[in-house]
Amino acid sequence: MTNTWQDIKNANVVLVMGGNAAEAHPCGFKWVVEAKQHNHAKLVVVDPRFTRTASVADYYAPIRPGTDIAFLNGVMRYLIEKGAIQHEYVASFTNASLIVKEGYGFQDGLFSGFSPEKHDYDRSSWDYELDDDGFAKADATLQHPRCVYSLLKQHVDRYTPETVAKICGTPQDKFLGVCELIATTAAPDKALTSMYALGWTQHSVGSQNIRAMAMIQLLLGNIGVAGGGMNALRGHSNIQGLTDIGLLSNLMPGYLTLPKDAESDLGAYMKTRGFKPLRPGQTSYWQNYRKFFVSLQKSLYGGAATADNDWAYDYLPKLDVPGYDILRAFDMMYAGKINGYICQGFNPLQSFPNKKKIRAALGKLKFLVVMDPLDTETSRFWENHGEKNPADPSKIATEVFVLPTTCFAEEDGSLTNSSRWLQWHWKAADAPGEARSDIAIMSGIFRRMKAMYQKDGGAFPDPILNLSWAYTNPTEPGPDELAKEINGRALVEVKDPNGAVLLRAGQQLLNFSQLRDDGATACGCWIYSGCWNEAGNNMARRDATDPREQGLAPNWAFSWPLNRRIMYNRASADPSGKPWNPDKPLIAWNGSVWTGIDVPDFVPTSKPDANNGPFIMLAEGMARLFARDQMVEGPFPEHYEPLESPVPNLLHPKTSANPMARVFPGDRADFGAADKFPYVGTTYRLTEHFHFWTKHAKINSILQPEEFIEIGAALANEKGIGQGDWVKLSSNRGFVVCKAYVTRRLKPMLVDGKPVHTIGMPIHWGFTGSARPGFGANVLTPFVGDANAQTPEFKAFLVNVEKAAPPVA
Amino acid sequence: MPGGPMELDRRSFVRLSGAAMAASSIGALGFGAAGEALAASVRPFKLARTTETRNTCTYCAVACGILIYSTGDRSKNAKASIIHIEGDPDHPVNRGTLCPKGAALLDVVHAPTRVQYPMVRAPGSNEFKRVSWDHALDRIAKLMKEDRDQNFIAKNATGTAVNRWTSTGMLAASATSNETAFLTWKVARAFGMVVFDNQARV
Repeated sequence: MTNTWQDIKNANVVLVMGGNAAEAHPCGFKWVVEAKQHNHAKLVVVDPRFTRTASVADYYAPIRPGTDIAFLNGVMRYLIEKGAIQHEYVASFTNASLIVKEGYGFQDGLFSGFSPEKHDYDRSSWDYELDDDGFAKADATLQHPRCVYSLLKQHVDRYTPETVAKICGTPQDKFLGVCELIATTAAPDKALTSMYALGWTQHSVGSQNIRAMAMIQLLLGNIGVAGGGMNALRGHSNIQGLTDIGLLSNLMPGYLTLPKDAESDLGAYMKTRGFKPLRPGQTSYWQNYRKFFVSLQKSLYGGAATADNDWAYDYLPKLDVPGYDILRAFDMMYAGKINGYICQGFNPLQSFPNKKKIRAALGKLKFLVVMDPLDTETSRFWENHGEKNPADPSKIATEVFVLPTTCFAEEDGSLTNSSRWLQWHWKAADAPGEARSDIAIMSGIFRRMKAMYQKDGGAFPDPILNLSWAYTNPTEPGPDELAKEINGRALVEVKDPNGAVLLRAGQQLLNFSQLRDDGATACGCWIYSGCWNEAGNNMARRDATDPREQGLAPNWAFSWPLNRRIMYNRASADPSGKPWNPDKPLIAWNGSVWTGIDVPDFVPTSKPDANNGPFIMLAEGMARLFARDQMVEGPFPEHYEPLESPVPNLLHPKTSANPMARVFPGDRADFGAADKFPYVGTTYRLTEHFHFWTKHAKINSILQPEEFIEIGAALANEKGIGQGDWVKLSSNRGFVVCKAYVTRRLKPMLVDGKPVHTIGMPIHWGFTGSARPGFGANVLTPFVGDANAQTPEFKAFLVNVEKAAPPVA
Repeated sequence: MPGGPMELDRRSFVRLSGAAMAASSIGALGFGAAGEALAASVRPFKLARTTETRNTCTYCAVACGILIYSTGDRSKNAKASIIHIEGDPDHPVNRGTLCPKGAALLDVVHAPTRVQYPMVRAPGSNEFKRVSWDHALDRIAKLMKEDRDQNFIAKNATGTAVNRWTSTGMLAASATSNETAFLTWKVARAFGMVVFDNQARV
């Protein structure tokens, strides 16, 4: 989230699209109710189902799963056509005025540079035209035919209300009703907040769904302001933290990235990272990349990281592919290329697409380690549970270890919430039985490995032998010590440019502004620096006072970066430094410095007339309506059908699906077509359950005891399916037998004149826990990923449904 | 410690005021011996002798503040058991509320399917066998080292040092703390692991 949960109350329009906050994030959704009751906000919901969020909406529009970009591009076309954009914001704070290279183009669903042989793009034309000083050329009047604004206008021109209605199945008047409400927030003092979740990410075009909405927010001037923002409602309690700390194939803490094969030394690595401003006078904060990197290496490897060895650069593994994400990992496992796998609090047999393939892949492992507080399906993948998990244990040679762990109530530590707050929590009791903390288990594995490498040697032992491990209790380092390590400290005396001592050796860093690239500082995660400085554990702060009751609570816990609560808040004021919304200002220029109720997301002394852009992490200082080469399938979002779709792409049938979607050759045979699987399947969570955990809790298992599908009344009638009847829901990958809940919340939509039915499948059941056994929705879902983030396409695929006999007890 | 086990906590207040109310109302009504019998029959508040701990709901990233009540007073010989969990009314986001998942947190803490001890399932076997921690961790470390030593890629075809290990992978847990996450990252990358992911996508 760019903003806080409570800040949602400042919105004038709340758009929930790509999520179902009332059911999935109920206690956060209270701030939408607050906005409706006290700020007269309008709640707009666009969703294939009439969800509980929709039931309290002021305006609801249905949409066919997987067509959000057509809808959002249509909104952009509407805003531009009606002039309902915040012109000064767009002209000054976005790259609308920058001029794109001559070679850029778009035709028949493909952007310039596509090579059918390589099945990839040469993205060099997706960039700005530069002047002699290396700065991007601009046309402040936005009239140049190749300026970003002109190209955007041209790109979205095809998305007329008629076309949107044909693709999305949304009635034209409903679509226009949504556009009108969104357009009201183009006024400088009005804001729209976008609340989304996996309803947008779990598509082969997931990242572009979110980009499209972010572009709308920029056109409306709603980024960086109170009641605005792009608010990703994150699922797990510390999924934000795990992402921030870089527990992803290609990441390092604080959004630094792992080296690639071609980057043979630190010099080569830095060439593409510490980038320089693309417009005169920009902050371009990644210019400090080297400080973050060197301080991380010092934190990890201490004295073994020196200037002479490029700060132990070679200790880092290098990537030969963009990333070994979950889909690639299980594809490799399925091909017998992975021998060992550790699942720490993770249940892939239930979570990942095409369960049959996941089960087969796990069976090819030599060893599997499952660390979890709860019994999991993954740890029992080799057990035979009939149709729900067919297996022959005698033929499965995987050695499986189950290691019991503590849960939230049994440990100290911090979790980062959806709005970037690091909140400390305390242990209330010991864990049951012999359960140990994940810290103790990871330390146990590491220390045993290190001892063996010390004694016997082996493949490249250096990073293992030299990893910093100066903890008071090396078998189970304390969360407090680890938090201080994340914050960082001075290794030697650190002085400011005038020679005054900033930090004595050993002192905790105040924040990342004190980082050095000469080895004088160590810092585990630069964006978290400030979480535990000399003032103590700032994550444990519990002062809920809130200036002007504006929803920031700046002294509650710690918000990264620098305790800033609203990201990009420089954009909450006009170019001269005057707040766009005088009633809800965040920061303003007072003549000598930026001040306000939030920590400025800007150089505090940078004068407004310096033309320093508010988006300080970007080289141009401006937000990108045109993504340059940062999105693999194109610099603008384009509508592509899901990999399994009931209809061809109306705009370009030859390039129907995202050409850059993550698809492995072996999985194509498992895709189904509309002749056999005529209905759209989609998956989701229920408010009574959390993934596959709560089926272990009695109350939740009583509230929603058994697997079911939701089917619209029209389709149920057509198929002779009554309320509570048993049905068989199948895709080309498998089937589920469960009960049908016949509902009027799902209605057929007219797509290009033909009715399309959607069937919903909640995901929560398996064969462990207290609830009744189930198949799991991932029996049905395809092994397809988003082109940029490789998120599986769980929200749109093809299924068939038929009435079934009740299972034999 | 701000926000930790509280020095003057809400429950102490409830306990004191509850006791005062019982004493004063019975005295005022003047029921004598009958009143004493009634007072003896009044059960003390369930939470009156518990320890209160601030924590965060383990489910979604709204990260509602919760109060956990456990038996015992944290003394060395007292084994704490969690008996109640509710929303933290002081928390600026959830303001004391919890959803149907958070309200049932107690049931997941005490789920009958919590794993109690390390177990191993041997190749081809039809059952798990209980083992000691040392047995499990020694064996895991041995298997990992064997695989790493056999399959570690020190250099690629062009002779560049790439130092990656692709034949053992890991999924990290998105409900663990940042501190656990950082330690996990350190260990995984020191091994050279690149097949590494978390729940960000699912």
